Amino acid sequence: MARRTTEHQTRVGPTSPRARRAGALDVDALLADQRTGIIVCCGSGGVGKTTSAAALALRAAEQGRKVVVLTIDPARRLAQSMGIEALDNTPRPVTGVQGSGRLDAMMLDMKRTFDEVVVAQASPEKAKQILANPFYIALSSSFAGTQEYMAMEKLGQIHRDAKKTGDYDLIVVDTPPSRSALDFLDAPERLSSFLDGRFVRLMLAPARGPAKLMTAGFGLITNAMTKILGAQFLKDLQTFITALDTVFGGFRQRAQQTYSLLQADGTAFLVVAAPEPDALREAAYFVERLSEDGMPLAGLIVNRASPAPESSLAAEEALAGAGRLRRDGNGATAAGLLRLHADQVRLVEREHGLRERFATAHPQVPTAVVPALAGDVHDLEGLRRIGGLLAEAGR
Amino acid sequence: MSDWSEARLHVVTGKGGTGKSTVASALALALAHRGKNVLLCEVEGRQGIARMFDVDPLPYGERRLTTGLPDHDDTGGGKETLGRVHALHIDAESALLEYLDMYYRLGRAGKALDRFGVIEFATTIAPGVRDVLLSGKVYEAVERNSRNKGAIDYDAIVLDAPPTGRITQFLNVGGEVGGLAKVGPIKTQSDTMMKLFQSPRTAIHLVTLLEEMPVQETIDGIAELRREKLPVGGVVVNLVRPRDLSDDDLAAARAGTLDREQIESELKAGGIEVTPTLIDGLFHEAREHAERRALEDEQLAVVRGLGVPTYELPRMAGGVDLGALYELAGLLREQGMA
Repeated sequence: MARRTTEHQTRVGPTSPRARRAGALDVDALLADQRTGIIVCCGSGGVGKTTSAAALALRAAEQGRKVVVLTIDPARRLAQSMGIEALDNTPRPVTGVQGSGRLDAMMLDMKRTFDEVVVAQASPEKAKQILANPFYIALSSSFAGTQEYMAMEKLGQIHRDAKKTGDYDLIVVDTPPSRSALDFLDAPERLSSFLDGRFVRLMLAPARGPAKLMTAGFGLITNAMTKILGAQFLKDLQTFITALDTVFGGFRQRAQQTYSLLQADGTAFLVVAAPEPDALREAAYFVERLSEDGMPLAGLIVNRASPAPESSLAAEEALAGAGRLRRDGNGATAAGLLRLHADQVRLVEREHGLRERFATAHPQVPTAVVPALAGDVHDLEGLRRIGGLLAEAGR
Repeated sequence: MSDWSEARLHVVTGKGGTGKSTVASALALALAHRGKNVLLCEVEGRQGIARMFDVDPLPYGERRLTTGLPDHDDTGGGKETLGRVHALHIDAESALLEYLDMYYRLGRAGKALDRFGVIEFATTIAPGVRDVLLSGKVYEAVERNSRNKGAIDYDAIVLDAPPTGRITQFLNVGGEVGGLAKVGPIKTQSDTMMKLFQSPRTAIHLVTLLEEMPVQETIDGIAELRREKLPVGGVVVNLVRPRDLSDDDLAAARAGTLDREQIESELKAGGIEVTPTLIDGLFHEAREHAERRALEDEQLAVVRGLGVPTYELPRMAGGVDLGALYELAGLLREQGMA
């Protein structure tokens, strides 16, 4: 992973102890705004990012927009319900959408997207050479960070096409579930620092003519690497880097285009989290990183919130009651109900506290809190319900 | 007697958000029986261990973290009788430099590698190398290289591993390296590492929640591990909802047939001031809970049917602090995981 610039960033605290809160996130207003052309959902794994992205896309479509949703790794049944279990890297229409708009969906095929870029950028001969190189194969199918980058590449492609054809007026993107979910922001810089790096320049030196760069130091290195990795390794690596160098100009340009596209006004980032310390800490990291890069942040979605109890009975009181019942040896059901209530109250209080802390540190972020559903979502009806809850949270 | 007494290396994986770091930490505490040394490793650069145990961010180096969970028959004979948990934060750059130093004594060439950006190159771009370096250090902690003078021989190593979706790739160093380096010492070493990872001395535990998606991912993960002959350990079911109501009560709560009058009088007997809102609220909560419990039970049946030992950890309403970690460790030990 490239060294993140964020490691040295200073945290941004509230400007005053009682900064004005941004309030609720108005999802419907965001979706209805014709200027919103791209929505990027980011957040750590397991917070319901894919579901949120799909629900937003469906809601926008049913409100009349022409939407495509790009998902990374949807749960099988959700993918089935949207008709995208086949990985063909092209948007397919989702059936069952109500209203005047429409919804296409696709699942990202990371390797295929990478291959397409190579083919588009290199001469047929060079492309063939790159596609067959073991380094390329490993890089395009397994390298951590490739997925993030390819998601953004695909977004750029779809956006360019949509501008030409007018097929879509809203693109909703789900990002990969990892700590590095924002690595795509670093992609242009990382590519540059990689291919402009001294080591790569050295590897390229023989191919670029005069071997004046072949210093004694480099000889030492190649010898050491040959010793450790074997000669073939070095040869493959050299072929790979030489081949990549010829297509790199195109890579860099595209990465930079996508980066500016993300910064543009038509883009809205939504940070998705669950009411858990880790997920909210990640969300805070995303919020800080996005604001640092000048990316337009629309708000925070907190999924899986525990529903607030209806009665005001305090947890301590409920537990005391349950304890008395247990001591007397009867009323097991009532005692159970009281313990459940106490557990629920504590959970809600804890989640509330966590959200409050986030809001104190990031008062500028509008938030939508979505209650946890009992089951998983795997049909359009479920997505519609989530969309409704998201919109309700902003009212 | 632990279910995994043969295992030296415990790999803990799971879908994001299932709490695998919590489980890995609790397992380390549980394994640290009297006099034992346990090493808890993390490889994802998140400093999750430091946060969990409330200590300063960990460097690349083994650090004493805390004492293990006392055994039942520990009579407080002083700290020296307790097990010890150590921690290690592994990053790929440091692992590569240490590796080069340990095996090749590269001297000037080693420094040159760093100077020419090879270290950064190898750990950022060269595919698979990163995983091999991280798992290589884990391997070294288990097998202890004789060149690593004065290092502690651990009784158990717990790895807070990458998530289920990446775990097979992470441990399958033979495959990762094999495609790139077909001969040479790296190849030999990755073969040796594979031998450990595929032996009964390794146990790969999967953490799940009782929800459809994580359970499905667990099933897929187990199949994938088995395909690569990597030893599947237990499944830890995390964040289990409280079991405060009997099956009959749960059924009644779902059907809306809980006896209102009876419960009202019971509550009064328990000294609770009863109002219609309170009863409505409790019934509503009970119904929601019962519905979720029914879904959980379905998933639990699926997990139990997987044919691997399962362990259950409750959801802690107040969150997981250091005390709660020991509590969870106790539960894992009671259930035979450590």
